[in-house]
Amino acid sequence: MRQIAFYGKGGIGKSTTSQNTLAALAEMGKKILIVGCDPKADSTRLILHAKAQSTVLSLAAEAGTVEDLEIEDVMKQGFSDIRCVESGGPEPGVGCAGRGVITSINFLEENGAYDGVDYVSYDVLGDVVCGGFAMPIRENKAQEIYIVTSGEMMAMYAANNIAKGILKYANSGGVRLGGLVCNERQTDREYDLIEALAKRLNTQLIHFVPRNNIVQHAELRRMTVMEFAPESSQAEEYRQLAKKIDANGGKGTIPTPITMDELEDLLMEFGVMKTVDESIVGKKADEVAVA
Amino acid sequence: MSQNIEEAKKIIAEVLEVYPEKTRKKREKHLNVFEEGKPDCGVKSNIKTVPGVMTIRGCAYAGSKGVVWGPIKDMIHISHGPVGCGQYSWAARRNYYIGTTGVDSFVTMQFTSDFQEKDIVFGGDKKLEKIMDEIQELFPLNKGITVQSECPIGLIGDDIEAVSKKKSKEYDGKTIVPVRCEGFRGVSQSLGHHIANDTIRDWVFDKKKGAEIETTPYDVAIIGDYNIGGDAWSSRILLEEMGLRVVAQWSGDGSIEELINTPKVKLNILHCYRSMNYISRHMEEKYGIPWVEYNFFGPTKIAESLRKIAAFFDDKIRENAEKVIAKYEALTKATVEKYRPRLEGKTVMLFVGGLRPRHVIGAYEDLGMNVIGTGYEFGHNDDYQRTTHYVKDGTIIYDDVTGYEFEKFVEALKPDLVASGIKEKYVFQKMGYPFRQMHSWDYSGPYHGYDGFSIFARDMDMAINNPVWQMAKAPF
Repeated sequence: MRQIAFYGKGGIGKSTTSQNTLAALAEMGKKILIVGCDPKADSTRLILHAKAQSTVLSLAAEAGTVEDLEIEDVMKQGFSDIRCVESGGPEPGVGCAGRGVITSINFLEENGAYDGVDYVSYDVLGDVVCGGFAMPIRENKAQEIYIVTSGEMMAMYAANNIAKGILKYANSGGVRLGGLVCNERQTDREYDLIEALAKRLNTQLIHFVPRNNIVQHAELRRMTVMEFAPESSQAEEYRQLAKKIDANGGKGTIPTPITMDELEDLLMEFGVMKTVDESIVGKKADEVAVA
Repeated sequence: MSQNIEEAKKIIAEVLEVYPEKTRKKREKHLNVFEEGKPDCGVKSNIKTVPGVMTIRGCAYAGSKGVVWGPIKDMIHISHGPVGCGQYSWAARRNYYIGTTGVDSFVTMQFTSDFQEKDIVFGGDKKLEKIMDEIQELFPLNKGITVQSECPIGLIGDDIEAVSKKKSKEYDGKTIVPVRCEGFRGVSQSLGHHIANDTIRDWVFDKKKGAEIETTPYDVAIIGDYNIGGDAWSSRILLEEMGLRVVAQWSGDGSIEELINTPKVKLNILHCYRSMNYISRHMEEKYGIPWVEYNFFGPTKIAESLRKIAAFFDDKIRENAEKVIAKYEALTKATVEKYRPRLEGKTVMLFVGGLRPRHVIGAYEDLGMNVIGTGYEFGHNDDYQRTTHYVKDGTIIYDDVTGYEFEKFVEALKPDLVASGIKEKYVFQKMGYPFRQMHSWDYSGPYHGYDGFSIFARDMDMAINNPVWQMAKAPF
């Protein structure tokens, strides 16, 4: 069994990319379990064709404690027999979503949710904001992390932060960075930029997923492209990514995160950001005009 | 430098020797020997305990729930969070009170929100609301509620203030006080006292007017007496005999109405400076009420204190103070005559909290005993400055003493009595040393006031001259 996780900035297309890729892995005959670790509980909707399934934590809250739950209560099967679990969590602004992730993952492990699957995939929200969201990258959890990113600065910034989180646990546990997945946003020189970032982070650009409206069409139907249009070129892209991930087992690396300055330098190098004259830093528009 | 001081310094150096260098450097700042004429005891205080040592300290929750708020008898204090903190602070610190437990008084009862995993994940605000509703239904005579936050409340960011405001409105302006006394805040229980004091300012004084009461020029409030074993009662009678009217007790046997009415008094008299100087200072600044520290342990300090308090009032009160002192002279004399010959020259080592590391020294000296070492669990620099008026040249001072240091100091100084808390009691008794608990008075008391002094003297005699110590032989 291999355990992998998808991380990345919020809204970057983690859930879409991961579900399509996992659907492609399922097509290759792999048995898959998806563990959604986002309180929004939308990591499995394309597989299940459902808006949101009952989450581990909401059912636990109803039943009293997580010990009162059975694995069948929380696990659903969707497209290509992919098993799906959503951890869930509190509404925004209350409680502790991080603790929720820890609670759910412990529950799933203790109750044999991982028995008989080839791949467990964790889909984790945005940034590694606290210990709870780092749970999947700790010891004995995901072996490889795939960071979904794009050529936008904040997406790269988040990718670098996630690399920091991986580095923290890389030495104590066995977690490695599997690679960057670039979800094309059509920014300038995007491929080169992410390839350069991957190199700086001591990893690879494992696949460049081109932008294609068919993804949107599939999503509106709550489907993966793999199911909606298996013959499309986009489906072929996901198949390639799936093959690469399948072949990437044990080849992950310990990342070498870079500083904010280095990241800015990289953006300037690729012309994404204009070189800034140090004398104007912190000056308002009218002040600069006078000078 | 006297021989005494040199010897004591040598003992400290020996005790420090076993520590790794980093720990030694930190701990050596907390250990010293008092030298006559110095403005303080030469120790650092109110600093984070070194990890790995056995500290005697508590936490901010203990300071608020256990000390300041817990004894307010007609309010219900919710231990908000997982059950452990509530379980271990159940039944209070022997804060005696008058009232019917479970009907109009609740000090020895325990209320907790008993957090489960789902409360952490989804937040505990709804549960808190439900508890307050249940309290209203089951204990309709309660006069208010406080929310004593345990650690997780601060971590998950529950909005206990919003819940308190909402429920207060729902229950016709009932006093509901949210206290952010999460245990991880600060270095000891001391911050919990401060936080609790501030909540009285913000949620009681600033929000409540209280009933109109008739005031007199002789109204005073006892601040910082927790009525351990009835201490506040044996203090109160002396003040009343002097002609003063005690309108509030903070917080032993106290009530919310007493707190609300305190800003109307003429003088705040402060026993435990450490835990309640904050609110005393606030009342001085905001309402112009002076405050005075006093000490009701032992006849010497009692007489001194009665005169000091009386000096704030007219001649009638001053004369009365002398009358009170004279009235108890016979009792005091009888106590000293009975016990002093049995205790003369005996040595004591103290380690306690708030005010006792200095306040009880006078009572021991009235019995002819000498305190040769003392220290505070959670004192600040101003406590150590005040200590200089009590201790003698050459007294060893140990701030936030570690289990190891305390044992070694006792072994080196071989006192006739060790006076500290329950965690220390059995260690020293097993080492063959007579011991008295100075937090709970070993389930005895009161020790305050003239009546209390007689009990104090009897208890110390009972510990030190117990024949059992002759039967035990220490292996060292």
